[in-house]
Amino acid sequence: MGDRRLPWKRTVLWLYGITLLLPLLWMFGMSIRPNQDILGSFSLIPQRVTFDNYVTFFTNSVWYSSYLNSIIYTSMNAVMSLVVALPAAYAFSRFRFAGDKHLFFWLLTNRMAPPAVFLLPFFQIYQAVGLFDTHLGVAIAHMLFNVPLAVWILEGFMSGIPREIDETAAIDGYSLPRFFVTIFLPMIRSAIGVTLFFCFMFSWVELLIARTITSVDAKPIAATMTRTVSAAGVDWGLLAAAGVLTIVPGAIVIWFVRNYIAKGFSLGRV
Amino acid sequence: MSERTAAPAGQADGRTDDQADRRADRRAERRAERQAEEGERRADPRRRNNRAWLLVLPVVVSVAFTAVIPLMTVVNFSVQDIFSPGDRLFVGLEWFRSVSRDPEVRAAFVRTLLFSAQVLLLEIPLGVLLAVSMPRRGVWVSVTLVLVALPLLIPWNVVGTIWQIFARPDIGLGGWAVNNVLGLEFNYTLDATDAWITVLAMDVWHWTPLVALLAYAGLRSIPDPYFQAAQIDGASAWATFRHIQLPRLRGVLTIAILLRFMDSFMIYTEPFVVTGGGPGNATSFLSILLSKIAVGQFDLGPAGAFSLLYFLAVQIVCYVFFTVLTRTGR
Repeated sequence: MGDRRLPWKRTVLWLYGITLLLPLLWMFGMSIRPNQDILGSFSLIPQRVTFDNYVTFFTNSVWYSSYLNSIIYTSMNAVMSLVVALPAAYAFSRFRFAGDKHLFFWLLTNRMAPPAVFLLPFFQIYQAVGLFDTHLGVAIAHMLFNVPLAVWILEGFMSGIPREIDETAAIDGYSLPRFFVTIFLPMIRSAIGVTLFFCFMFSWVELLIARTITSVDAKPIAATMTRTVSAAGVDWGLLAAAGVLTIVPGAIVIWFVRNYIAKGFSLGRV
Repeated sequence: MSERTAAPAGQADGRTDDQADRRADRRAERRAERQAEEGERRADPRRRNNRAWLLVLPVVVSVAFTAVIPLMTVVNFSVQDIFSPGDRLFVGLEWFRSVSRDPEVRAAFVRTLLFSAQVLLLEIPLGVLLAVSMPRRGVWVSVTLVLVALPLLIPWNVVGTIWQIFARPDIGLGGWAVNNVLGLEFNYTLDATDAWITVLAMDVWHWTPLVALLAYAGLRSIPDPYFQAAQIDGASAWATFRHIQLPRLRGVLTIAILLRFMDSFMIYTEPFVVTGGGPGNATSFLSILLSKIAVGQFDLGPAGAFSLLYFLAVQIVCYVFFTVLTRTGR
């Protein structure tokens, strides 16, 4: 394939890029328009440009604090999922043990639980153990779907690393924890980047669970958006501005891990 | 071990040829078995070590807390008729029977299955096509990666809101263009087919990037010499794709298919925001129906039974996918 880029490829990319961006640009266009203009009439280009919606977002504590809440619990979740999943993924990729295959599939099944099933029990349990409306609570709840995914991704990467490295390190007198931290982790840097990205992404976009187990102190930005909608009519402009801003943290994360994705991974065992 | 040493001894005793033959057969069989076992060990060089359970323990504990305990609560709901917190009656499998016979649930099940099938048929080929088209090196790699990933990073209700506006025939660009540029009558709040198409288009827009990213990462893991060899052999672009790229994508595509199936089968937030399940119940998928029963009517018994059947259905389909996909092409 090399650098020889065929014209149809470029066409596919451009067509896709345009369809991808149109709804996003439309949202951005809405965010810089006053509400009367949005609902008043259809126009391709905003007649009057205003940044009031963004100003409102950053001066109203309900908005910016819930934005921070989302960033906090999402980051906590990504780190916690990663820490828990790393040893497990190593075990799955290196050892055979009683029930390993069943355990692996069982982990995956938790990603399949319809969230609506868990809402009520989640509410009761998190209230009972005092995790209700805390960042830690949401971070733990989101481990439900992120830990299995993290194990899955990491295991794929780790299986691609030759076992001889482990054995050589053992002969050289490295203990397992020391080998893991000083040799193995740097080798799977890209896996860690990719895993963090996917965990961040799935936790950031989830709304149902996060909304159910929070009320004020850890309320996610997405929930603030739905609640403000019903308050005094729909403030489309502000909603669009918030929508634009919710893309920013994820875009930053993907910018940092882009090289790891570009390097490629094939995920050995599934 | 002892049997094997006993075999030549038996022959030395001068038994009949018939017996000797049978023993030779058995020996050959055993040898074949041993070889098969060895082959398996070579194919799966992981060491057997049950202490690995210690490494898996944190995952098991955390998933038990987030999944098993709530699941048990749901099982508890599903076998009781709950009138009030202190007043409940054990009803056995009654709810399971009534839910599985409910025509509304069955219709929603068929609808959801159809939706998932369409999602997979559209998103997997489109995602792979996109991944093949994305540049392999240069400045554009970063730009395309970040752009393609954008829809994945938007909270699901925001995705719903974006499309709710975008597809509106009066103030949304998409709906307006279909009506005025293509000249088709399109209104997703009134017409069932239009609503379905809107939700499907939204899902394709939202989730094709996931397939594309995974497939792209899979493609990048193919070493360059493979492509050089194909070029020397004069393979066409299609042949290169079919015989070099596609087989190497099996791992990532399995994940992509499973993830897309699970998430599309459980889709809730986006269609809820856009259509609310309507018009009529044209887009009321299983999850929308379920939350109507659980949160709207607060019928915990039926909702619990419904959830468990739902969960079971997802698992069965995933297991079938999982088994089929891991066996083909190996």
